[in-house]
Amino acid sequence: MTNEQIQQLLTDKFGEQLTQWEQPYGMLTFTVPKELNLKVMQFLYDEAGFKFLTDLQAIHYPDKKGAELAVVYHMHNLSANVRLRFKAFTNIETPDVFSATALFSAANWMERETYDFYGVNFVGHPNLIRVLNVDEMDYFPMRKEYPLEDQSRVDKDDEMFGRGGSIALDNK
Amino acid sequence: MSATTDNIILPEGSIEKHTTTLNLGPTHPATHGVFQNILELDGERIIKSTSTVGYIHRAFEKIAERRPLYQITPLTDRLNYCSSPLNNMGWHLTCEKLLGIHTPKRVDYLRIIIMELARISDHLICNSIVGVDSGAYTGFLYVMQFRELIYEIYEEICGSRLTTTIGRIGGFERNFSNAAFEKLEKFLDDKNGYPAQLREFEKLFNRNRIFMERTIGSGPISAERALNYGFTGPNLRAAGVDYDVRVATPYSSYQDFDFTIPVGNTGDCYDRFLVRNEEMWQSLSIINQAYKKVQEFKGAEAEVFHADAPDYYLPEKKDVYTKMEALIYHFKIVMGETEMPVGEVYHSIEGANGELGYYLISDGGRTPYRLHFRRPCFIYYQAFPELVEGGLLSDAIITMSSLNLIAGEMDA
Repeated sequence: MTNEQIQQLLTDKFGEQLTQWEQPYGMLTFTVPKELNLKVMQFLYDEAGFKFLTDLQAIHYPDKKGAELAVVYHMHNLSANVRLRFKAFTNIETPDVFSATALFSAANWMERETYDFYGVNFVGHPNLIRVLNVDEMDYFPMRKEYPLEDQSRVDKDDEMFGRGGSIALDNK
Repeated sequence: MSATTDNIILPEGSIEKHTTTLNLGPTHPATHGVFQNILELDGERIIKSTSTVGYIHRAFEKIAERRPLYQITPLTDRLNYCSSPLNNMGWHLTCEKLLGIHTPKRVDYLRIIIMELARISDHLICNSIVGVDSGAYTGFLYVMQFRELIYEIYEEICGSRLTTTIGRIGGFERNFSNAAFEKLEKFLDDKNGYPAQLREFEKLFNRNRIFMERTIGSGPISAERALNYGFTGPNLRAAGVDYDVRVATPYSSYQDFDFTIPVGNTGDCYDRFLVRNEEMWQSLSIINQAYKKVQEFKGAEAEVFHADAPDYYLPEKKDVYTKMEALIYHFKIVMGETEMPVGEVYHSIEGANGELGYYLISDGGRTPYRLHFRRPCFIYYQAFPELVEGGLLSDAIITMSSLNLIAGEMDA
């Protein structure tokens, strides 16, 4: 089973709804509308033998208005040894994406992790609560609006590394 | 945590009129790591189990978004810290895939030696801990001295033992010393080395009536459920699925080696134990083959320990002091001022616990735009309630150790 055959199978079934076909480093990659994510997954599971959910995570693109969050699924057909990846983009105001937990038990914690860090609301998830962060947290830390400290900043009182140090203290 | 007793229906014939809540963890001697299981017990039988993780979450994925590639290697150490070299190599291979660096064969073989040593050190800990948790302490002491020897080999190569940060993008930081090879030979020696000790270890456990009664049938999982739960590695193979990343998508020249994938069929603690033992034998055979191949390199070829990738591989110190070009590259790399190509890459290796994947997205900057670790432990730990519910409390403990749950890998 080649990438082209899978692409053909999917285009026959879903037509123009699947877009952005690519093959970066040999892995078939495409984008699905977020309403279709489960339908595509079910189709791949039933008809193309993709019975293994390798990984599930999100990416935040703050500049893509209306499609800020991408949920990325990696699936694997173990018998034919083919992997593929597809993305479902959603806006950040109502980040509702259907949950894959009914199809894959493995998706349970992966979706909880994605919710925990990006705030993607997986509709139909049995227990969508934080998994790695504390329950009291009220923001989604992996979003790009929470930047890490710039390592090259010069106002740091850090004598050990020769950045500013006592001189910066004097200037305060 | 709110009361979990509301929806519990006690089985017929239960003597107890109510269940007992038991917190197994976060700091329990039998959990071997910081995670918590809230168990509802009917007498000694587990009715319900709820797992909590995240006690040592360190936000590696976020931190990685601010670091040049070579500074992410120390983060990967701290995933599965029982086999850090595997994590390091997986990360280097991911970077090399993104950057299009091709490593020489000798580097591949040296890496395989290190990776398989790491696999052995991980499996021997897991299997001997299964022994400890089932009341057989001796085996643990038998094999532990050889983990020490493995750590000494790491030490000869990279200077550290537990969190190794071994190797670089493109190869190793230096060629293996003679002392390293001598220690490797000592480890591989059939009479006095690890093979002899492993035979002894197997003699203590494999057909031991007490151990068999204790482990057979505890914590079983079917192949279908294991796949659905995203199991990989020895735990999946113990359930009867022969999926191994080393064979499915060979990396680092694994296709040059001859080895078999052991599989079990019931997926219980005993099968997991046997699969890990057999994998150690296979790893030993791979190391022997790789060491032979390494010895075949003569002359200048025997001095090759890294790829030609000046943009990412730190130049030798003596060149930095004497050559302008090397000095420039040195500073560019250390200050993290090398732009990487745009792309997205998923690369996975066969870690000690299963498919260890790195999903790296680069937007052409100096640091990853997004990096995700597929941590096998995190994914298969969700199956724990299903494995232990209905069983005895003591079975839960032994199931937990035979799954080889490493808190560092769970929490990232």
